[in-house]
Amino acid sequence: MRWLLLAALAVLLALPAWINSYAVTVFIFIFFYAFLGQAWNLVGGYAGQLSAGHAAFVGIGAYASALLSVQAGLTPWVGMLVGGVLAAALGTVVGYLGFRFGLRGFYFVLLTVAFAEVCRIVALNTDAVGGALGFYITFTGNPRQFQFQDNRAYYYVALGLMLAATGIVAAIERRRFGAYLIAIREDEQACEALGVNTFRYKMLAMVVSSFLTGVGGTFYAFYLFSLQPNSVFGIPLSVEIIIRPIVGGAGTVLGPILGSFILSPLAEASRVYFGQGGWSGAHLIAYGLLLIAVVLFLPQGAYPALRRLWVKAAAR
Amino acid sequence: MSAGGGPPLLEVRGIGKRFGGLQAVRDLSFEMARGEVLGLIGPNGAGKTTVFNLLSGFLAPDGGEVRFDGRSLAGLKPHAVCQLGLVRTFQIVRPFPHLSVLDNVRVGALARRPQMAEARERARAVIEQVGLGAKAGQPAAGLTLAERKRLELARALATEPTLLLLDEVMAGLNPTEIEAIVGLVRSINASGISILLIEHNMRAVMTLSGRIVVLSFGEKIVEGPPAAVANHPRVIEAYLGEEYVHAPAR
Repeated sequence: MRWLLLAALAVLLALPAWINSYAVTVFIFIFFYAFLGQAWNLVGGYAGQLSAGHAAFVGIGAYASALLSVQAGLTPWVGMLVGGVLAAALGTVVGYLGFRFGLRGFYFVLLTVAFAEVCRIVALNTDAVGGALGFYITFTGNPRQFQFQDNRAYYYVALGLMLAATGIVAAIERRRFGAYLIAIREDEQACEALGVNTFRYKMLAMVVSSFLTGVGGTFYAFYLFSLQPNSVFGIPLSVEIIIRPIVGGAGTVLGPILGSFILSPLAEASRVYFGQGGWSGAHLIAYGLLLIAVVLFLPQGAYPALRRLWVKAAAR
Repeated sequence: MSAGGGPPLLEVRGIGKRFGGLQAVRDLSFEMARGEVLGLIGPNGAGKTTVFNLLSGFLAPDGGEVRFDGRSLAGLKPHAVCQLGLVRTFQIVRPFPHLSVLDNVRVGALARRPQMAEARERARAVIEQVGLGAKAGQPAAGLTLAERKRLELARALATEPTLLLLDEVMAGLNPTEIEAIVGLVRSINASGISILLIEHNMRAVMTLSGRIVVLSFGEKIVEGPPAAVANHPRVIEAYLGEEYVHAPAR
């Protein structure tokens, strides 16, 4: 298994030399959404707290580093940390409200969606950040401003983000923090009885998750160069973040990556094929069908199913 | 099992709990000495599990005080109570269903041993102690009821408590299984852990307990050694109804 992963990593590192710019773009989206999915995975997958408003953290991080860069000249390499901290601050507020008052299941979903919607509406109506017109970044191609002439640079940045988040989640999984998050997902009351401060660990998961997601906002801003409140704070982005880990296997280290390798090319392909002639929403139908299939046949996601096959094959 | 010197391990003073129109527990007081096994019995609905919830921090009493090891438990959350060394099991067992037996117990062990490897070792030892060694790698969801009861016990034990609250760990088990659990509870007590026991199996509770507290409609009606409690008219009345109290002995 370890060798397989190392081989896959070597392939990913060498790949940009062989593929064209369009394929590089597809991989960038695979990595970026895997990164966001991994960040969500911590609170949604491991701790089982279904946040459906993670777009809020992307948006906060994106606007923060974009504004700081354009208006204060702060390099986005620092701005991305500022964005992460601001997103974590919002995550702390959302987490406190949700966890202190014991909102579970649908109620926590509604709380997180509500916060993302508030962010979206505030951004839409704040002229200082461009309001409904959006906020635009002038392309300079200067790496110090998180801008690159060569698409392949973004490829490696996105790959780095994905690997970093995956490394963090893997490290957490091997520690008490991770063991407690999994146990909290299984049965919170039993955890309390066994000495687990469930509030504290859920808060920690939320803070780390929202920080990472906020960091991702910088990549979003400086890869797309335009921020539209309806996109960057919108429910569709929150859904995109969630479904990759769910399809790949929520609460597993490799689930979000696997899910992104399945879904991101699918989204891209259906955009290309259905993009013309008024079929632009069709990739959502493909998503829907795939989600139904996953829930029916692989309720724990693709990774646990693959793992079982792998174990079976190894035993033979 | 005799009471040692020094202050009592657990002091319950006049606690009560009301749920709407129901006074689930009323002005309850009792004490436990270090090393003791105390039985808490009473008919269904007498308030026994509510007492456990009050002691373990899952419910806050309306009034009165609980002191453990000389410390007031007022305002403490369940996890903080557990950290002090008072841990409870649940009547309806709550294993982490997707986790293996070992991983279940390890969650308990992590309370005192934050290093995963150390917690794992401790969990393994406890699993052996409760006789689940052969099942260590299996998911908890696949266990029989008797095994789940042992798992519930193992998880609580793994937190290294000084006082263990057992809520009907024998309910639903057959006589052989009960025999085994009685032996297990006794050995746990012999290792120095005090035990407060809710139990409907009278034979088990009479053999294990040094003293028994009887609850009826939320109030303590009798307290004393098993033999005295078993023949007390108020206990017979609570369980069988008034007409049996004066029935001629055969």
